[in-house]
Amino acid sequence: MALPKQKQDATDTMLTALGAVPASGWSAAPRKAALDRLVQMGLPQGRDEYWKFTRPTALIQADPVPAPAFEAAEAPIFGEVDRVKLVFVDGVFDAEASDDPAMAGVKIDRLAEVAEADIHWAQGLYGQLETNGQDPVVRPLAALNTAYATDGVLIHVTGKAEKPVSLIYRHVSDTSDAILHNCVKLEEGAELTLLENGPAAARFNKVLEVDVADNATFHHVRAQGRDHDRHAATHIFARLGQESTFKSFTFTANGKLTRNECVIELTGDDAVAHVAGACVGDGDFHHDDTVFVTHDAVNCESRQVFKKVLRNGATGVFQGKILVKEGAQKTDGYQISQSLLLDGDSQFLAKPELEIYADDVACSHGSTSGAIDEEGLFYLRSRGVPEGKATDLLTIAFLAEAVQEIDDQGLADEIVERISAWLDRRRD
Amino acid sequence: MLSIKNLHVKLEDEDKQILKGVDLEVEAGKVHAIMGPNGSGKSTLSYVLSGKDGYEVTDGSAALEGEDLLDMDPEERAAAGLFLAFQYPVEIPGVGNMTFLRTALNAQRKARGEDEMSATDFLKFVREKAKTLKIDAEMLKRPVNVGFSGGEKKRNEILQMAVLGPRMCILDETDSGLDVDAMKLVSDGVNALRDEGRGFLVITHYQRLLDHIKPDVVHIMANGRIVKTGGPELALEVEQNGYADIMEAAQ
Repeated sequence: MALPKQKQDATDTMLTALGAVPASGWSAAPRKAALDRLVQMGLPQGRDEYWKFTRPTALIQADPVPAPAFEAAEAPIFGEVDRVKLVFVDGVFDAEASDDPAMAGVKIDRLAEVAEADIHWAQGLYGQLETNGQDPVVRPLAALNTAYATDGVLIHVTGKAEKPVSLIYRHVSDTSDAILHNCVKLEEGAELTLLENGPAAARFNKVLEVDVADNATFHHVRAQGRDHDRHAATHIFARLGQESTFKSFTFTANGKLTRNECVIELTGDDAVAHVAGACVGDGDFHHDDTVFVTHDAVNCESRQVFKKVLRNGATGVFQGKILVKEGAQKTDGYQISQSLLLDGDSQFLAKPELEIYADDVACSHGSTSGAIDEEGLFYLRSRGVPEGKATDLLTIAFLAEAVQEIDDQGLADEIVERISAWLDRRRD
Repeated sequence: MLSIKNLHVKLEDEDKQILKGVDLEVEAGKVHAIMGPNGSGKSTLSYVLSGKDGYEVTDGSAALEGEDLLDMDPEERAAAGLFLAFQYPVEIPGVGNMTFLRTALNAQRKARGEDEMSATDFLKFVREKAKTLKIDAEMLKRPVNVGFSGGEKKRNEILQMAVLGPRMCILDETDSGLDVDAMKLVSDGVNALRDEGRGFLVITHYQRLLDHIKPDVVHIMANGRIVKTGGPELALEVEQNGYADIMEAAQ
């Protein structure tokens, strides 16, 4: 079927600007397939149902909207964590700033280095979970990523990683346009914590595919940097085996446009998937969390916990779905999306969805938006806590349910510190 | 200590006068009790003194050691030494009790130009205060008042009072919802804080709390005014005869 003209034009323009997809090595086939998908579905338009709340314009135009890099006064997050650092600057790997990736039980390759090889373990994963995630809702920016990603890390985990792998995305150039594609394959019983931080580029398109085998555990904590003018579209695609665990948390401060999609398939019995996000923003901040969790096995648990603090005209979006397939009995699904509006100008748009084809399941969902609790505020003030500080305490308390999704207390504390600092700066 | 003169208060949103000229002096070292029937304005008085929104002072004044209270924000009143033990303590999910107490104490110290207390010193300090109120470590860790029983909430109020060490304590129906043992525990907590430099205003419906916290002066409040003032025997009189006689005599 022919695409609508506007969509066709936008897609043609973008593809012309990007040129041909790399055509050698093992990655050529998945790239070519992704390009074909993209050509068929076309880039997103404001008219698309899935983009009703978030205008994709800045994400689909040929050139990125220039965004100056932001110089934060404080040290980057996770600085105290013992980790294996891999640094990308404007999407380009920085070997100088990175650690030696050798670690027992973990093999790390860079896409740019191994893509030309004839065979690689990532063949069969690269682009595969993204492909699965294109149905029933298309995600064209993810297909574009698979086709054109210039680099990324391919992490193969066969044991318990002794320390987290930390991907650091620095943004330097005003006009950088980065496309990175990361894959993580956890073998049976393997464990890994992946940390990500930084804004990466003026415009950032990132895909993370995570294949969690039976009994494996994956933890993911991400902090999206404070650059206000950046635009980003990120996707996480995860597949979970039997009795496996997947937990992902994202903290976002500022950003003109951030669309974080997370697509999870629970394919093995007794698996657990949690995805959570806390964001704070003001002014022309626009943050979109789009989540799709598919239960396709028995006795699995999924949680979606998304909290947004919005002020001074900011916009928050949540589109979250739980799909329980026929036969996915004893599913325990939970979804909550809440926003705290610190003034009357901000808005929160939410589309929570449940689609259930099994008859023995427990699924709950809730979505609220509201102001600071006046009773709580007065109680704190009556004990001597100044109004600003009291508001901050209640704001952090509001975000707590999402932050508590981080298992590692040290990492959770660091996120809370960042939230406090962000709120503090708003009181200067 | 606390000086209230001709205080007139109405509700902000409706044309309803609640306090119609309250005069009251609480001296340092003394415990004053206010008793009165429902709707007499007792709780409104406590809210207006602590600075809650929704009330409009139409006349009169209230001062703490000569400082005009009505001009201050709630947090300034607290830093000046005023404390209200709430009738219905508020639940604050997500804020740990210890964090709350330490933030409050250090905010007050900062406002008074004093040094903030370190986390270690504070922990020791709170544990000691909590012990006498039979508040365990687990309760200190939980979010403020969330999932607390009625008795635990009231004990938590007294703990806050003990930690913050205010000069003027107002207890708004602290006995409501307490069983006999809890009332004793709470009263012991209050009595332990009685000293020469501190004033108390105890608001209650019933005489029974005053068996435990012995007042120096008892006021009867009715229809937005203090209609009778006397010694502890006035509370006993109310207990025996109810408010009707006193209110009749006052009219």
